[in-house]
Amino acid sequence: MARMTMIEAIREAHDAAMAADERVVVFGEDVGFFGGVFRCTAGLQEKYGKSRCFDAPINESGIVGTAIGMAAYGLKPVIEIQFADYVYPAYDQIVSEAARLRHRSNADFTCPLVIRMPTGGGIFGGQTHSQSPEALFTHVSGLKVVMPSNPRDAKGLLLASIADPDPVIFFEPKRLYNGPFDGHHDQPVESWKSHPLGEVPDGDDIVPLGKAAIRREGAEVTVLAYGTMVFVAEAAAEETGVDAEVIDLRSLMPLDLEAIVGSVQKTGRCVIVHEATRTSGFGAELMALVQEHCFYHLEAPVIRVTGWDTPYPHAQEWEYFPGPGRVGEALKKVMED
Amino acid sequence: MTSDTRPLSLNVPEPGCRPGNTPDFSGFEIPRAGAVPRPPVDVDPDAIRDMAFSIVRVLNKDGEAVGDWAGALSTEELHEGLRHMLLLRTFDARMLNAQRQGKTSFYMQHLGEEAVSCAFSRALEPGDMNFPTYRQAGLLIASGYPMVTMMNQIYSNAEDPLHGRQLPIMYSSKEHGFFTISGNLGTQFVQSVGWAMASAISGDTRIAAGWIGDGSTAENDFHAAMVFASTYTAPVVLNIVNNQWAISTFQGIARGGVGTFAARGHGFGIASVRVDGNDYLAVHAVAKWACERARRGHGPTLIEHVTYRAGGHSTSDDPSAYRSRREAAAWPLGDPVERLKKHLIAIGEWSEERHAQAEAEVLDTVRTAQKEAEAIGTLSAGKVPSPRDMFEGVYETMPPHLIRQRQEAGF
Repeated sequence: MARMTMIEAIREAHDAAMAADERVVVFGEDVGFFGGVFRCTAGLQEKYGKSRCFDAPINESGIVGTAIGMAAYGLKPVIEIQFADYVYPAYDQIVSEAARLRHRSNADFTCPLVIRMPTGGGIFGGQTHSQSPEALFTHVSGLKVVMPSNPRDAKGLLLASIADPDPVIFFEPKRLYNGPFDGHHDQPVESWKSHPLGEVPDGDDIVPLGKAAIRREGAEVTVLAYGTMVFVAEAAAEETGVDAEVIDLRSLMPLDLEAIVGSVQKTGRCVIVHEATRTSGFGAELMALVQEHCFYHLEAPVIRVTGWDTPYPHAQEWEYFPGPGRVGEALKKVMED
Repeated sequence: MTSDTRPLSLNVPEPGCRPGNTPDFSGFEIPRAGAVPRPPVDVDPDAIRDMAFSIVRVLNKDGEAVGDWAGALSTEELHEGLRHMLLLRTFDARMLNAQRQGKTSFYMQHLGEEAVSCAFSRALEPGDMNFPTYRQAGLLIASGYPMVTMMNQIYSNAEDPLHGRQLPIMYSSKEHGFFTISGNLGTQFVQSVGWAMASAISGDTRIAAGWIGDGSTAENDFHAAMVFASTYTAPVVLNIVNNQWAISTFQGIARGGVGTFAARGHGFGIASVRVDGNDYLAVHAVAKWACERARRGHGPTLIEHVTYRAGGHSTSDDPSAYRSRREAAAWPLGDPVERLKKHLIAIGEWSEERHAQAEAEVLDTVRTAQKEAEAIGTLSAGKVPSPRDMFEGVYETMPPHLIRQRQEAGF
């Protein structure tokens, strides 16, 4: 057990997977010699050689497309898209190919592939370094979608994703790379090294896909969150005094419906928070599921706190980002209804 | 605007011949058979730049095999090659008809392009992997894939290996080195490069073959495949089948006719060759050369197979709406079956009688397979795959939401 940042945990997961299985190969833009623009693959090329960890041309469709060919061959590629905002050129390969390979070939060919990408805002990343495109992937049958919120989960979920026989989209909230962030941008940033969730087990302990984690137990309202919003929700609960149960979904597909339903049936209220834009965002799916499964337990309409339906702005960062103030308002409102 | 600047205008290329016009291929330069020398397999791509602007041809107009690229195939192999092409042509004709009879929803034929996939298949070894488009079924036929299974897939019947999930002709057979076909164009071209990279990463000796049509070279994945293949010296043969047409769009809209499609390899430092796609011997010889290059670690080869799509694009297409009905007959590289037949006759190994007999035998083989497949079922009758099956194989293990949906659907 060691204290580490999310970056170090992700690097550790790569290291453990590459050591355990020579079929694991790692590549992407700036991933090889340099070790990645966020350092998530630092030292891997030196340790495992250039045929296991290497730099790729700047072509997202090429990175994903070649990885699909490698996976079909029998390797286990773990590839990086430098920012989730830049995944779109690869969307055809992900949706039409990676997601469908098993089904359309009746498992003649499969695609055990992990596509990592830094996601989310709160870093003055502007339009193309802040997006949260998870809903574009949860909508695609055949894909799994994962987003950790802390170093321990980042390592465990990445190892589970690499071991998984299906293609996994692995979102890494870059705002959480170095430490937790609750949306209070005017306060000093804490490091993971002094946070209990920075404790990461050695070796290859996995965190199973499809299992949520309760980050804060509560009786009055269920908050469904993932990524950076987990910490924002926790802060909002503390600051408003609303006894919220904060659930960190961790896996969006497959989704831990049991944990959601169990909590909402207990509390009778639900607030959904995500950074992504509202309309047709993943929150809409969560809201529909809560309505379908918890209708007679609900004491108030479900509320979504999300990014606005606008491109992610630069100067208006904190008016866009759903911070503890906005989440807190929602918690108070859902209690009044 | 200065006084000497005229208004700009958009260039939209037009084919030389539209319905009602007389086809004219007089501007199409065809080198004589045997004119292009065969370089060593470790040749520097820069040393063979001319090959991207010429055409490797073996069979001359008298049906003789001439030049450096001749002599790679035995008489038995040539007989087998002719049989494969006849099988594919007959299979196409029967399936086209089955679609017209409503036994399936869709079909795409290979008419005029039989040599490309049939001859290429012979250059590969077991374990190699093709990443085909929807117009290389000759790879399956020449590698001995059961024709009944192909028909079962086309009919989406209970014995369809893909359980009715896929549109007809989107075959898949790992065992026969035939990667699952996708409806999305160009995607498989870059996947073939990745498969080849994986072979290299694993220290294997297997190679990959990518396939793309002239129209789809305009897709972004064509470029992606070229840059990755070149950067990593991937053991892959990248095949462009230039059949002049992309549905109704002539090759000029993909900017064919400017340089050649093969010449696009030059910018990436890839060995690039053009071959007569209707010359079984030439396609095989060039394929064998390119495969050996790849297998010996000399890197990728780009091959432009120059041919002509003699049939409609698909059963949903009527080519007389956009091109002359006489164009296929005017195509200067002729018909691949006729040319191989002529060659076998020229070397005293075939006759009109034997050919007629072979055609009859092939027809009988295809009919028998068709009866067998139709006895199982077609899209409209007989045994069909279980509806339950559409929920299977989305993931290795069915997640809870799909189990719920399957139950909701009543299966």
